[in-house]
Amino acid sequence: MVAAGAFGDVGELGALEAPAGGERRRQIGAVEVGGLWAHAGHQRPVCNASAAPETGHCEMLLLVPPPDADTPGAAPPDDLRTVAAILAGDERAFEGLVDRYNASLLRVARGYVGTRSAAEEAVADTWLGVLRGLPSFEGRSSLRTWIFRILVNQAITRGVRESRSVPFSSLGDDEAAVDPERFLPNGAWGSPPRPVDGIPEDVLLSAEARALVLAAIAELPAQQRQVITLRDVEGWSSAEVREALDLSGGNQRVLLHRARSKVRAQLESYLDEAAA
Amino acid sequence: MKLLRRRHGLACREVVELVTDYLEGSLDDRDRDRFERHLGGCDGCAAYLGQMQVTLRVAGRIEPEAIDPVFRERLMTAFRGWAEER
Repeated sequence: MVAAGAFGDVGELGALEAPAGGERRRQIGAVEVGGLWAHAGHQRPVCNASAAPETGHCEMLLLVPPPDADTPGAAPPDDLRTVAAILAGDERAFEGLVDRYNASLLRVARGYVGTRSAAEEAVADTWLGVLRGLPSFEGRSSLRTWIFRILVNQAITRGVRESRSVPFSSLGDDEAAVDPERFLPNGAWGSPPRPVDGIPEDVLLSAEARALVLAAIAELPAQQRQVITLRDVEGWSSAEVREALDLSGGNQRVLLHRARSKVRAQLESYLDEAAA
Repeated sequence: MKLLRRRHGLACREVVELVTDYLEGSLDDRDRDRFERHLGGCDGCAAYLGQMQVTLRVAGRIEPEAIDPVFRERLMTAFRGWAEER
């Protein structure tokens, strides 16, 4: 019963996962909630375990990353070991998971709810949902996809419940990747970007550059921020991102394109200075 | 990609809109070939792609933010309660 006391409205979240028509319970105990939450793992789309294997993290160093598998695939052995350790009561294993994903969960949650504190509550409830759902985790998707699905499922409901919810932004189809004024009337560069070739690695990847990119990501519309966070900051495959955020491949790419274009634009003046 | 159906070569303004499709491997062979041919003869677009790749590498090096200690303690308390219940 400790968990129910540690977080305020856990009972409501349990109720949100209840079958349609179920009564709205409040402040019910952790064990009861656990029964409802055990279904959380089945809310996600079923992925085909016999499909193409996970392609792993995108290798950004390659000119063209390998194309993604169409389906995210089953959980890797590491995930199953982590789950087994947590189920055995290994505190460090759970803490490791929290350290690994908490910041990204927060960034993604901000896409659904209006305030930082609401996002923190959504993430706290996600971790409780993870604990309650773990005994029924079957490894049909990776652990991280499964965790983010729990967040998204309950953050959407939370966002709807709060009147301060952030509306889903448009895909931004009409946004240009580059300021149109930098092109000549014939569409060629009038003011081209500078090559990065001569810039040393430690300058390219400096703490200042990381801070600029992080700040640019924070300024993005919600969906764009979610996609670039998972795809480029976390290094997920596009298939995993699509599954976690429930997006079509085309929409995901449009969101990613807008996000990356804006972040590059924000980094450009830093790169120009470094090249000079 | 409608842009690529045209007969003439790609304009730089069009190339920058295809960079993500290119990097994500979602252009077909013919379109990728046209994209790369443009890049081979255009320093501006090559520099643009270079900047984009740097952007992605920087994004991939962002460290997870430290967790608020109070938040962490709440979570770990919840974990211990959960583990005891099991």
